[in-house]
Amino acid sequence: MATMLEEPEVRAAGLVPDPMLPTPYLIQRAKQETDDTFTLELLPEDSSRAFSFAPGQFNMLYVFGVGEVPISISSDPDDVPLLKHTTRVVGTVTKTMRQLKRGEAMGIRGPFGTHWPVEEGVGRDVVIVAGGIGLAPLRPALYRLIREREKYRKIVLLYGTRSPEDMLYRQELEQWRGKFDLEIQVTVDRAASSWRGNVGVVTSMIPRAPFDPSNTLALVCGPEVMMRFTVMELLRRGVAAEHTYLSAERNMKCGIGWCGHCQLGPTFVCKDGPVFALHRIAAILGKSEI
Amino acid sequence: MIHTLEPILKEHPFFQGMEERHIQLIAGCSMNVRFEPGHLIFHEGDAADHFYLIREGLVSVQFVIPHRGLTTVLTVGNGEVLGWSWLFPPYRWHFDARAQQPTHALAFDGKCLRGKCEEDHDLGYDIYKRFMQVVTERLEATRLQLLDMYGNHA
Amino acid sequence: MGTIQVMTSEPLQVGDNVVIEREHLEHLLRALVDRGCEVIGPTIREGAIVYDHLASTEDLPEGWTDEQAGGKYQLKRRKDNALFGYVVGTHAWKRFLCPPQQRLWQAERNGKGLQIVPEARTAEARYAFFGVRACELHAITIQDKVFLDGPFVDRNYRARREGLFLVAVNCGQAGGNCFCVSMNTGPRATSGYDLALTEILQDGRHYFLTEIGTTRGAEVMSSVPHQAAGDDDRQRAERVLDHTTRHMGQRLDTRGIKELLYRNYEHPQWDNVAERCLSCANCTLVCPTCFCTTVEDTTNLNGNHAERWRRWDSCFTVDFSYIHGGSVRATPRSRYRQWMMHKLATWIDQFGVSGCVGCGRCITWCPVGIDITAEAGAIRASDLVKAPAGQSKDSA
Repeated sequence: MATMLEEPEVRAAGLVPDPMLPTPYLIQRAKQETDDTFTLELLPEDSSRAFSFAPGQFNMLYVFGVGEVPISISSDPDDVPLLKHTTRVVGTVTKTMRQLKRGEAMGIRGPFGTHWPVEEGVGRDVVIVAGGIGLAPLRPALYRLIREREKYRKIVLLYGTRSPEDMLYRQELEQWRGKFDLEIQVTVDRAASSWRGNVGVVTSMIPRAPFDPSNTLALVCGPEVMMRFTVMELLRRGVAAEHTYLSAERNMKCGIGWCGHCQLGPTFVCKDGPVFALHRIAAILGKSEI
Repeated sequence: MIHTLEPILKEHPFFQGMEERHIQLIAGCSMNVRFEPGHLIFHEGDAADHFYLIREGLVSVQFVIPHRGLTTVLTVGNGEVLGWSWLFPPYRWHFDARAQQPTHALAFDGKCLRGKCEEDHDLGYDIYKRFMQVVTERLEATRLQLLDMYGNHA
Repeated sequence: MGTIQVMTSEPLQVGDNVVIEREHLEHLLRALVDRGCEVIGPTIREGAIVYDHLASTEDLPEGWTDEQAGGKYQLKRRKDNALFGYVVGTHAWKRFLCPPQQRLWQAERNGKGLQIVPEARTAEARYAFFGVRACELHAITIQDKVFLDGPFVDRNYRARREGLFLVAVNCGQAGGNCFCVSMNTGPRATSGYDLALTEILQDGRHYFLTEIGTTRGAEVMSSVPHQAAGDDDRQRAERVLDHTTRHMGQRLDTRGIKELLYRNYEHPQWDNVAERCLSCANCTLVCPTCFCTTVEDTTNLNGNHAERWRRWDSCFTVDFSYIHGGSVRATPRSRYRQWMMHKLATWIDQFGVSGCVGCGRCITWCPVGIDITAEAGAIRASDLVKAPAGQSKDSA
C-alpha cells in the first residue's frame, strides 16, 4: 500500500513547491545599460507568487521555448515583489531575452544560492570591489547597506570596468555618492580623452582605499581573474581571509543541486555558492580546468 | 639642519622605514609643486630629470596617437609615484603626463639624486628597491589591463 | 504446489532468517506482483544481463555466469543451475528511479502570456527490485543523498523510492572487475533491503537463506512457503560470502584517497589516461551513482507550445562546463580528471561518502578498458607531494 506522501519541503523564501516549475513574470521595463548589457524589471503575473530574496542570490530565467539561464538578482531586496536582472548578451537565450518587450512573459525559478553576509559587516568597515558586470550581483547588498547605514562604519565601493561606456548604473552611483556616506571610486581599463577620472585596473585602488583592513568585511564580484588579484591585494593590505567573500559562476541547468553541471571542485555553485567564503574556494581558484 | 620637507617625506608611505640620514639626503633634492588641471608636467622624449610623489590630485599618463587623440593608459593619484625613467638610461620620458585635477606633489631632482646614489650605494640600494616595487606593481596592473578581463569573449 | 509447505508458526520479525526452497522462489515473485509491484530483475538480452521486467523466475539467467575484464564482458554457462550466479550487468537500477528522460512540464503561450502546465501526478509504478547486489544497495542510498537530502527534494524520485521493495542478493562469486571489499560496500548486504537472499547449492539441495530486513519484508514472506533456518544454513551462507570476499577481481587502496587526489591535480597520470580515454561517456552511463542530468527546452513549429525535459547527461561532454563562450573543461584530460576526482574525492566532501561502490562496471564497459583502480594506484605510487609530516600515507 503506498503511503500518503507528506507535503514536499518548501523553501523558506519561495512559495512554489516544485523547484523545477517556473513562475510566470511579466516584463515591466527593458533597459539597455551598455552596448551588450541590459536590465529587465519584472513583476509576477500572480501577485501571490511573489517571493523575497537575499542579496547575492540568483534566479533561473526562462524564455519561452528557448531555454533558461541563471542570472543574479540585482534589485533592492526590500522592494519586493519587483525583480531586476542585469545581464549580458552571451548566447541564444540572452539574445532572445533582449528582444522581449514590456508586457511579455518569462518564467522565473528561484531564489537560489547563498547570499552576501551583509550582517557580518555590522560594526565594521565594508569594502565592495566590483568588476564589470560584477556590480549587478552586488547592488542588492549596497541597497541593504544603505538602508541600514548606521550599522556599518565606512562603506567603500571600488568599481572597475573596461571603459566608461561599460559602466553600469552610472546615475545611481552618482546619486549615492551625493546622498549617502559612501566612498565610491571608479576606474576604467581604457578611456577616451574625454574621461577625466581614474584609468587603471581596479586592484590598484585597493592599497590606498580608506578602510581599516583589521576590521573590514570584503565582498568581491567580477571576472574570475579580477577576483583572484583583488583577493591578493586585499590580503596584502591585511583584510582577514575569514571576512572575504566572492561570487563564482559555472554552467547551471537546474540551479538546485541535482544536475551536477555547476560543480567547482567539491562545491556546487548553485547551493554552496554563488557567494563563497574565500577559504572554501581559495585552493581551486586559479587551477586550470577545474 | 632639518629641511622643512623632511617630516612630509617621513610620513609618506613610499619612504616608510627609510633611514633618517637617507631621508635627509633626499629631502635636499625635493620641493613642493602644484599643477593646475591641463598642465603638461612632462612630455614624451624630454629629459627625465625628476620624479613626483603625488600628495593630492590626479595625473594622467598619456600618449599622443594620430586619429585617436590623447589616450590615457593610466592615472596616478593620491600617494602614488609618477616616473621612474630618471633611474634608467637614457633618462628620457616614455609618455606624457598631464594633470587632470588640481594637484599637489613633491618633486624630486632626479639628476641630483642619481649622483647621491652613485656616491652612497646604501642609499642607492634602498631607492632602487622601492622603485622596483612600484615598477612591478605597474607591470602587473598593466598585464591585467592587457587581459581585457571584462571583455565579452563569447 | 505439491510439496509440503512448512511454515514457522510465529509471525516473522526483522532480523529473522528463513529458508526458501528453489522451487518456492516463484511464490516470492508472485507475492510481490499480488501486492501491486512491477518486478524488475536480471534477465538476458542480446548477450548481456540487464535489469528488466520479470514475468516469472524463469526469466532469470539460470545457469549463467559472466566473465568481466577491462573492456570485456562475456556470458558463460555454469556447471550448476544457480539463478544469481553472476555479478552486475550493463546498466544499474538507477534508470528506474531517475529515468533517462522525463518530461518536467509543458507550457502554452497565449498572446504575450505563458502558462505552465505541470505533469499530472499519476500513480507511479511501484517497483520491486529482485536481485540487488550489496554494492547496488549502497549506490541507491548514495543517490538518495543527492535527490532527497539536499535543500530541494526530487518528488518523483521520492515517490518511486518510497514504493520500492528491495530483494537483495548476496553475491556467490566475485566478478573480474569487482572491488566492493575495498569500498566497504559488500559483498554482504547489511542494510537497506526488505529481504536479502543468499543462494546455496550444496549436496543436491538448492535453496535461499533469507534475511528479513523490514516489516514489509516480513509481511511479504507470510505469503511465501518457508522454513526456519538452522545453524548449518547460516554457516553455508557465511562460507559463500567468505569465498566471494576472498576472490575480488580488483583492489582499490582507499587510505587517505581524498587527500591523495587533492594534492595530485597536476599528476602526469592524467595525461597518460587522457591518451586512452575517448570521452565516450560509457562509464557515466553504467555507473550506478552517476546522477548528472541536463535540461532540454523544446518548442513546436508554431511556437505556442513548449516542453521541458530532463535527460541523463555526462561530464565527459565538451559543453558540460560551457560558460561565456567556452568550456571550463576543454580537454579530455580535464574531463577524465573531473570524473575520477568527483567519484573518489570531492564526492566525499559533498555527500560524506565515496561516490564509488566498487561494482567495476566502468572498467568492464570502457571500450579501452581504463581501470579506475589502476589509475588511482598509479597516482598513489608516484604521489607528487608527500603527505604532510605526522600524517603517514597509511593513515585512514
